[in-house]
Amino acid sequence: MKDDYILNINNLKVSIDDKQVLQGIDLSVKKGEVHAIMGPNGSGKSTLAYSLMGHPSYELDSGDIELDSESIVDLEPHEKAQKGLFLAFQYPMEIPGLQMESFLRSAVSSIKGSEETKDVFDFHRKVLKEMRYLGIDESFADRYVNDGFSGGEKKRAEVLQMLLLQPKLAVMDETDSGLDIDAIKVVAKGVNRLKEKGMSILIITHYQRILDYIHPDRVSVLSGGKILKTAGPELAKELEKTGYKDFVPKKSSLDVKF
Amino acid sequence: MSKEDKFSQDFSEFDSYQFGHYDKVKHIASTGKGISRDVVTKISELKNEPGWMTDIRLKAYEVFEKKPMPSWGPDLKEIKFEDFTYFIRSTEKESDQWDDMPKEILETFDKLGIPEAEKKFLAGASAQYESEAVYHKLNEELGREGVVFLTMDQAVKDEPDLVKKYFGSVIPASDNKFSALNTAVWSGGSFIYVPPGVEVSTPLQTYFRINEEEFGQFERTLIIADKGAKVVYNEGCSAPKWAKSSLHAAVVELVALEDSRIDYQTIQNWYKNIYNLVTKRAKAEKNATVTWLDINVGSRITIKYPSVMMMGEGARGEVQSIAFANEEQLQDSGAKMIHGAPNTTSVVTSKSISKGTGRSSYRGLIKVLKGAKNSSCRVECDALLINEESRTDTYPVMDIAEDETQIAHEASVSKVNEDQIFYLQSRGIPEIDAMKMVVNGFLEPMVKKLPLEYSVEFQRLVELELEGSVG
Ligand SMILES: Nc1ncnc2c1ncn2[C@@H]1O[C@H](COP(=O)(O)OP(=O)(O)OP(=O)(O)O)[C@@H](O)[C@H]1O
Ligand SMILES: [Mg+2]
Repeated sequence: MKDDYILNINNLKVSIDDKQVLQGIDLSVKKGEVHAIMGPNGSGKSTLAYSLMGHPSYELDSGDIELDSESIVDLEPHEKAQKGLFLAFQYPMEIPGLQMESFLRSAVSSIKGSEETKDVFDFHRKVLKEMRYLGIDESFADRYVNDGFSGGEKKRAEVLQMLLLQPKLAVMDETDSGLDIDAIKVVAKGVNRLKEKGMSILIITHYQRILDYIHPDRVSVLSGGKILKTAGPELAKELEKTGYKDFVPKKSSLDVKF
Repeated sequence: MSKEDKFSQDFSEFDSYQFGHYDKVKHIASTGKGISRDVVTKISELKNEPGWMTDIRLKAYEVFEKKPMPSWGPDLKEIKFEDFTYFIRSTEKESDQWDDMPKEILETFDKLGIPEAEKKFLAGASAQYESEAVYHKLNEELGREGVVFLTMDQAVKDEPDLVKKYFGSVIPASDNKFSALNTAVWSGGSFIYVPPGVEVSTPLQTYFRINEEEFGQFERTLIIADKGAKVVYNEGCSAPKWAKSSLHAAVVELVALEDSRIDYQTIQNWYKNIYNLVTKRAKAEKNATVTWLDINVGSRITIKYPSVMMMGEGARGEVQSIAFANEEQLQDSGAKMIHGAPNTTSVVTSKSISKGTGRSSYRGLIKVLKGAKNSSCRVECDALLINEESRTDTYPVMDIAEDETQIAHEASVSKVNEDQIFYLQSRGIPEIDAMKMVVNGFLEPMVKKLPLEYSVEFQRLVELELEGSVG
């Protein structure tokens, strides 16, 4: 049933600077499912994540993306976010001069409605609670968004946003990279908390480790801009042993589009 | 074409301007279009001035006629001096009652929030409409302490000794073509004298309103802080959305005697076709401090470099300059710091934003005279560009004749980053709001230090300017 899927990607082709990076992606995530994507560097994983969210530099050549049975390709990024799509960035952006808490307040009120943030003190308590949960020091509430954060701090801040925004589908682009082992456990605990409430997850990673805590239902291999294989959780373990040598794309991965 | 027709034709791209309405009010007196020796004399006559002021004006007029237009910097070819009206009187005389002015004028000041601001956070307020003040009032307590707050016109009559001593002492008529013009045809502006040891910590404020098209406003302000005195002064301004430009050429002189402090704060929000060519300079004696907060959002071209001449040992000067150059605007602002005595300190912080074809430039002069030992100067200017075609330039000039000085200059240019906007959008924040957040973030280190009423007003103006900057 179509209704069972939170995300449906059909034959998605995406170019950057006239270079087609995604060459026909078919991928789906069921409601409540954890779908892991693995693949070599430069294979197009982040491009897929950005394209889902609608980054303006990524040009959609063809295909469709449905979120909760509704096409979202024509929506603005903020509208997609309002419909419950969340992207934890591989490289979160720094916004100097914008205070973290004020940013979180804007984000939460845009996505969940201004009622959620009307009581400033209540919201502040909520933010501090989640920060404590993730082991983020309280002082970060007053710091500028990602400005001068360490790699791991940025990743925790992404998860903090996820916890506050409670999306329907979280796309996590290498959220585990740069996190220490303890942080991975905390982050996974947070993500699982949302999963129990029905959140679906598309998790991009290079390592089995995070998948020990956030158990995937399915694992797909993305290489050369295409999904080359989809299987159960055992595929991730296998890839850790064998690498991607069996998944060399047939054509050059960097087809030039004319 | 009637006046109203011309008016309603205003340029749609400037629609974010909030205070662009025109009041239909009768003129009590006007010198008509153009400038001449006769016009200068006529202004002096209309004001019933003593002969010594008429002489100052006429001498300045000669200087004005001889001086060439400034050759450096922005192109001022479009300015045709014969097109402006140099003097308009709108009410019989200034009053200390808001209700005394014509209803249309009062409504305008109400809309601008001036009477309300006076009640909330001002110790004295003046409202200039065209050439002269229509309202002027000082808190009685300060009057009893000997604080003098008059319109400049009134000061010529009531405080001739102080005016004779200090008028033109910081900025001579011959300084530049526009200071000469101002000295010849000046009208309105404020005169403030704060006696020794008296502190005026609640601001005094003057608001300047231009109403007519092709009008010239030439207020003249002189503030004297006597030994150990303190004063905070605010100014603001606006004008209707006329199709044809007006000229605003003010001269502001500050005299900070020993151990005194003057804080001068401006939010310039002229309509986007006004030439705003202003000379502002302070003289700081021993251990005196002068700060200029200079915010420029409006005008077609602004040329203004607030300056501090630190002539006494231990004097301090500070300029905080914020400029927003929107489509078609040129904000040529900056600062001049003259270190004329030992142990003097100056700080210049400038932040500018250029949007679309808007262009902002920082022009700075740091001059350290021989013998001004152990002086220090720190300059920091940051520019933010919103679009590909936006431009910014920095022209720092340093003239250091003394070895024992510390000079630091930092400059940066950044562009609003598409990825930052996308990041915020991905958190549900619409593009325009994301843009505002990034721009406000750029300004934040400076804005958080502003007095509250200024930071709120300024952020609101910036947000209005950013409307329509995406898509
Ligand atoms: N803005 C861009 N301009 C030009 N090329 C780009 C741009 N963004 C991505 N690419 C190219 O697209 C390809 C896919 O990049 P992408 O970031 O999606 O890889 P990835 O699978 O996320 O890799 P990694 O595992 O290293 O994060 C790469 O060859 C990359 O160089
Ligand atoms: Mg990547």
